[in-house]
Amino acid sequence: MLRDAAVMAGKDLRIELRSRVATNQVAPFAVLVLILFAFALDPDRGVLARAAAGLFWVAVLFCALLAIQRAFAVEASDGARDNLRLSGLDPAAIFLGKAGAIAGELALLEVILGAGVVILYDRSLHGPVLLVVTCVLATIGLAASGTVYGALAAGLRVRETLLPLLLLPVVAPVLLAATRASEAALGGTTGDGWPWVRLLGVFAVIYVAFGVVAFAPLLEESS
Amino acid sequence: MDSVVVHLHGAVSLLGRFPALAGVDLDVAPGEVLLVQGPNGAGKTTLLRACAGLVPIVDGEASVLGHDMRKDRRSVRRHLALLGHAAGLYDDLTVADNLRFVARSTRHVAAPPVDDVLARLGLAGRLASVPVSRLSAGQRRRVAVASLLLRPAKLWLLDEPHAGLDADGRERLDTLIVEAARAGTTVVMASHELERARPLATRIVTMAGGQIHADTHAEVVGVA
Repeated sequence: MLRDAAVMAGKDLRIELRSRVATNQVAPFAVLVLILFAFALDPDRGVLARAAAGLFWVAVLFCALLAIQRAFAVEASDGARDNLRLSGLDPAAIFLGKAGAIAGELALLEVILGAGVVILYDRSLHGPVLLVVTCVLATIGLAASGTVYGALAAGLRVRETLLPLLLLPVVAPVLLAATRASEAALGGTTGDGWPWVRLLGVFAVIYVAFGVVAFAPLLEESS
Repeated sequence: MDSVVVHLHGAVSLLGRFPALAGVDLDVAPGEVLLVQGPNGAGKTTLLRACAGLVPIVDGEASVLGHDMRKDRRSVRRHLALLGHAAGLYDDLTVADNLRFVARSTRHVAAPPVDDVLARLGLAGRLASVPVSRLSAGQRRRVAVASLLLRPAKLWLLDEPHAGLDADGRERLDTLIVEAARAGTTVVMASHELERARPLATRIVTMAGGQIHADTHAEVVGVA
């Protein structure tokens, strides 16, 4: 299954490398979101600094929506989804591969956004381990839940507008926990962050397990 | 049902509430090249997609390659190849990358190398490294045909296989179909290009209104 997942993730990442949508559109969009927040909150730099963690994760969430929609749009064009269903790849492996590719893209965007937060919002980092663990678990949770709901919405004509409506309420706990843990990492009170990390871990495990089990019927029913 | 590759008896398949297959009776023997003809909306494409397990059969008996399609329509898929209306390619990947993905995902150990497949369809050289988005419709069709050779298929399901291909592409496709049939692969193809498809067929069925109305064995077999 892991070999099939690697084949799937390799294909999706190669598409993104060739199309450059992630680097030429999603990454600039993410930085633009940070800049707009900076403009909106600039008169009171105290607010901007305090809200930095939340703004970072809101920007990540917006980028995740774009990455998830893109990941399923490439399967919708030219009947590629039928070929995927006929390929012989294990549906669980397709899920893991797609989620892995989305997580890889998000991780890259988080590095860019993290640099943006440090530069634009004038924040320094006190708990790097906590922040890295938070980013890893939150990214897995976002990618896994996004892949589940992306597949669910993929077969519908209104998928572009439906996906945010389906996904955003579901990932609210990720946004909350990742923001709290990141605030602790940025503020130097790392002990306050670890309980939130545990919540992120539980969310990630639940959605990875759910995706592995449920992706086969999702792939069939959404076609 | 090992003596037949496809067995349908009273098979019903719905597109929404519309019965696209309204009680189809059909048995296809190993090695047959079956041409399915009929007007638009006759149910030809649905028949092929149902045999591929992409469309559920909701009533009647249905088995393909020994798999009961009513109970499990997924496990048969790795044993067949479908050439549909759409090429099923990724626009941002090159021709060679698309075929490599097919080869890796099917894990067909006896598949010919991708370079050989490219050469057989006239896609070798510069074309192999061109993104599919820059290809003409006919070239895309050639890539889709090439992918047939990379699947470990005992059954080829071809929907309007000649559509979009130029004369050279059609010759190459016809040769592949004849070679596949000689190697024991069963071929079921739906086509409106009867002058092209009939010489390839060992049997012809005519569909209308989601049912088979005529079933005849062709007198002329093979083009090679």
